[in-house]
Amino acid sequence: MARRAQPLSPAAGYGAAALVAALILGTLAAVAFNAETGRGLSAADWAAVRFTLIQASLSALFSVALAVPVARSLARRRFKGRSVLITLLGAPFILPVIVAILGLLAVFGRAGWVSEALALFGLEPLSIYGLHGVVLAHVFFNLPLATRLILQGWQEIPAERFRLAAQLGAGPRAMWQLLEAPMLARVVPGALAVVFAICLSSFAVALTLGGGPRATTIELAIFQAFSFDFDLGRAALLSGLQLVLTALAATLALRTPVGEGFGSGLDRMLRRWDGQNTFAQSLDTFWIVFAGLFLLLPLLAVVLSGLPGVLSLPATVWSAAFASVLVASASTLILLALALPMALAAAQGRPLPMEIAGLLGLAASPLVIGTGLFILIYPVASPFALALPVTALVNAVMALPFALRILVPACRDVVARHRKLALTLDMRGWPFLRRVVLPRLRAQIGFAAGLAAALSMGDLGVIALFADPEVATLPLQVYRLMGAYQMQAAAGAALLLLVLSMGAFWILDRGGRWHAEA
Amino acid sequence: MLKLDRTRIKNGGFTLTADLQIPRGARVAVIGPSGAGKSTLIEAIAGFLPLTSGRVLWEGEDLTDRLPGKRPVAMLFQDGNLFPHLTAAQNVGLGLNPNLRLSDAEHARVQEALTRVGLKGMDSRKPAALSGGQQSRVALARVLVQARDILLLDEPFAALGPALKTEMLDLVSELATETGATLLMVSHDPGDARRIAEQVILVAEGAAHAPQATAELLDNPPPALKAYLG
Repeated sequence: MARRAQPLSPAAGYGAAALVAALILGTLAAVAFNAETGRGLSAADWAAVRFTLIQASLSALFSVALAVPVARSLARRRFKGRSVLITLLGAPFILPVIVAILGLLAVFGRAGWVSEALALFGLEPLSIYGLHGVVLAHVFFNLPLATRLILQGWQEIPAERFRLAAQLGAGPRAMWQLLEAPMLARVVPGALAVVFAICLSSFAVALTLGGGPRATTIELAIFQAFSFDFDLGRAALLSGLQLVLTALAATLALRTPVGEGFGSGLDRMLRRWDGQNTFAQSLDTFWIVFAGLFLLLPLLAVVLSGLPGVLSLPATVWSAAFASVLVASASTLILLALALPMALAAAQGRPLPMEIAGLLGLAASPLVIGTGLFILIYPVASPFALALPVTALVNAVMALPFALRILVPACRDVVARHRKLALTLDMRGWPFLRRVVLPRLRAQIGFAAGLAAALSMGDLGVIALFADPEVATLPLQVYRLMGAYQMQAAAGAALLLLVLSMGAFWILDRGGRWHAEA
Repeated sequence: MLKLDRTRIKNGGFTLTADLQIPRGARVAVIGPSGAGKSTLIEAIAGFLPLTSGRVLWEGEDLTDRLPGKRPVAMLFQDGNLFPHLTAAQNVGLGLNPNLRLSDAEHARVQEALTRVGLKGMDSRKPAALSGGQQSRVALARVLVQARDILLLDEPFAALGPALKTEMLDLVSELATETGATLLMVSHDPGDARRIAEQVILVAEGAAHAPQATAELLDNPPPALKAYLG
């Protein structure tokens, strides 16, 4: 009896962690052995590295710089719909990239709303292809995330400090020096690092809005080495490069605690006495309206432009939608089969191997894993035939770190609370899982499953490597329709994708909380 | 007979020694200053804390390496004695089968136990819909169907008011008499000990002492107990 008795064996957790580690490390090894180092990096490769770093830096800078005033306004204002807006800030996380891009094109594109408005004044239309388009899309996705991270910083300032500052009659300058600047100095570097790390492995955005020698990210270059040249050696070399960069950025980002980044807990009421004059109020209103419009207009555009096409979608779209639902369901099941045993083992005092396996999923980008899997599968079977299963698997591994973040604290709580009672009743293994863990964790399992399903439904990554013209998931089909300039069908399909992703998330998340009690 | 044979129990940085025996069917209170190791003693008997040396024996049988659920022990904790998402009947049924696959006869036993503790007709309520006293009764009904030889109480009624606590202790005492269980209960209150325990184990200064007759010990307390009783 060296260890304390536990109601569940950690073996399944170890097994799942080992599987994940084997998958990621195995594909990385495949990449490493096949990387063609002889030729070295070409000028185009260096350009891709440069562009990747520049766009990620600019995206991080703009996202965080805009997030600071937005978070500040949200922190000190109370208004109707505030909590809805804060919930909406979590939505881009599960929004399919391709849907957002269609929305951004409809608002900021050449024929978009802003360009039309400019034309009224005789001005040139906007173009969102190239570096600024990529950065714009990244800011769209990461401004909300950065806002939530920074808002958390603001809300962690104890209420007593604001009371004291108000009592001392501190003006805006003094508030800044006393409270806000020190908090931002603590929070902003972390937010910058997180956004930078996310944008580093950007693929779908670069695929649609970038391209060409001057706007190609490394991930996109991997894809091109595959699909245009079928040059596995070069794809592997680029994957190695990407891996080094993401690993560096991930270590940077992980140094600063991030909190959830999504989820709830940011709408606590806090009385504030500062910023009551008209100037401060109109400034805050401006920023809140700006953030709201920036987030909602593209989504509105997707709905408006998609509605006419959604009833006359071509059959290929429906079959792609069916494939996407299959992939998302399989991916969700795989995710739960991996994440639950890992979370339970972590909750019963074996967190380290689980954390390592989870982190591996963060460090390796989907295209890198995809490249490795392709290299491994290629000699024995047709990778194209396995396009959908591989996509489901890679999507599950990508969702794993988030699922663990959701499940581990809840598992820890359940085990701490019910371990002893269950042990005296000899509830171990399956009875404990079925009678205690599953009913107690329903809400968290539903949330994690919803995230996994939505992420998988909207993913445009690995599938692009593996798909032949016969097979497509819905995001890939939207991309193909865009490439064929069938914009009406693309818009309709994007709306369908939006409904499916959000619907999958909503059903699973709600299902978990349905009739769930304390 | 429950025998703690030269046991040493380590709990964090703290070690408790116990070398004592308790006759079958006895009712024993465990008292002593807080932090002295009363719960440590109980948890070691229940199997939650590993022994660093020595053995725990019941009727000559070695329990030392048995999992908590495989010992002839039922236990009530300070809190968390019921699963909040299960009904009263399900919570009781767990005492018969941890997988809740119950035969008709077992269902009937659950109902009987609930009736015995005064909760007839409340079988489908969940703990949140029961009062604190009723929740304690559900836990006691489960102890009843578990029908284990040893019943350990780690102050399960501490959150109840004085009158309700006395009522519960009396019920425990009755149930222990009916089932012939050996009762060990941690207590802060010498009054509880006098009320239902004929013997007392004093836990102080890193050791659990052999049981002594309650009245004798409480009337002539040794210095360690005297300091605690005040």
